[in-house]
Amino acid sequence: MPRRGAPPEVNAGSMADIAFLLLIFFLVTTTIETDAGLDRMLPPIEPPEEDVVIKQKNIFTVNINKNGQLLVEEELTELKDLREKAMAFLDNGGDGTCNYCKGAKDESSSDNPTKAIISLKNDRETRYGTYITVQNELVGAYNELRNREAQRLYGRDFTDMEAEYLNPETDEDVREELKEKVLRIQDLFPQKLSEAETTSN
Amino acid sequence: MAKFTKKKDGDLPAVSTASLPDIVFMLLFFFMTVTTMKDNTLMVDNTLPNASETKKLEKKDRVIYIYVGKPTSQYQKTFGTEPKIQLNDKFASVSEVGDYILQERAKKPQDIQNVLTTALKVDKEANMGLISDIKGELRKVNALKVNYTTYEGDAFRNIQ
Repeated sequence: MPRRGAPPEVNAGSMADIAFLLLIFFLVTTTIETDAGLDRMLPPIEPPEEDVVIKQKNIFTVNINKNGQLLVEEELTELKDLREKAMAFLDNGGDGTCNYCKGAKDESSSDNPTKAIISLKNDRETRYGTYITVQNELVGAYNELRNREAQRLYGRDFTDMEAEYLNPETDEDVREELKEKVLRIQDLFPQKLSEAETTSN
Repeated sequence: MAKFTKKKDGDLPAVSTASLPDIVFMLLFFFMTVTTMKDNTLMVDNTLPNASETKKLEKKDRVIYIYVGKPTSQYQKTFGTEPKIQLNDKFASVSEVGDYILQERAKKPQDIQNVLTTALKVDKEANMGLISDIKGELRKVNALKVNYTTYEGDAFRNIQ
């Protein structure tokens, strides 16, 4: 009996070729990377209502000149020593009110991490790469201290917690829980990094 | 008996490739969904510095990009070799940055207009003077949240 019912099959052999073509096109044009970088807040343009008096010893000055040399607290410093110096300053706890500080408790350095301010100044001719390295070291100093406290309180790195908190894929209730912890650690070592106007000489 | 011996003379049966299109389509859809087309062509050299303490820049729709760097070789004849600012597809001066930010901000939906980040993609050879000027402009339009976009890596490689 001759087959009559079934229509002839469409040849799908070249389907793979077409799909491959498209696949290769998208493979080539894909960029999956997400950008990463250093987050900073700029100071608002209107000056604060009342003038705040800050003791000189609570300010940690970092100056970068146009050759990329560093002047930290009036002392010429190598870039690789900056992180340690900044950590020593932040963690000092000079007036004894800071019960989690492990620093030297030096009278002539910062009173409390919540009062300590890092002031960063740069020349107009400073290279951007140098500036970022300095920023990176200062943020690193904060992160190391925050990690230390987070390890002590929650047994986990602060940077790790913060990344999970900021990740939009994290569950809502996990984030609520993390928010509290992240804010608490941030309160212990608030990031007070002031960027003054650049100087031109 | 003939019925059984008949098959033996044939070679190996061909591997069926009928499911190959399915597999390829699966891959295709994966790449189609994760693809983001590059939206602006760079007219400046853009070797970002390295940093290790980075944070990821989530949610691309909340980011405004500013590129800074030396014009690439094909533009050097007309624009010189001093670092320049690139906004969208053209070179701009410092005074245009504020307007650009306001324009971009107006394009975004109302509810995210207050949480925008400005990503500064700056070549590591650029000078801080230009960056400071840009920061001044950003402060004027109250775009205070900035992100210095960097590559992941050892920060000390920037100084050489």
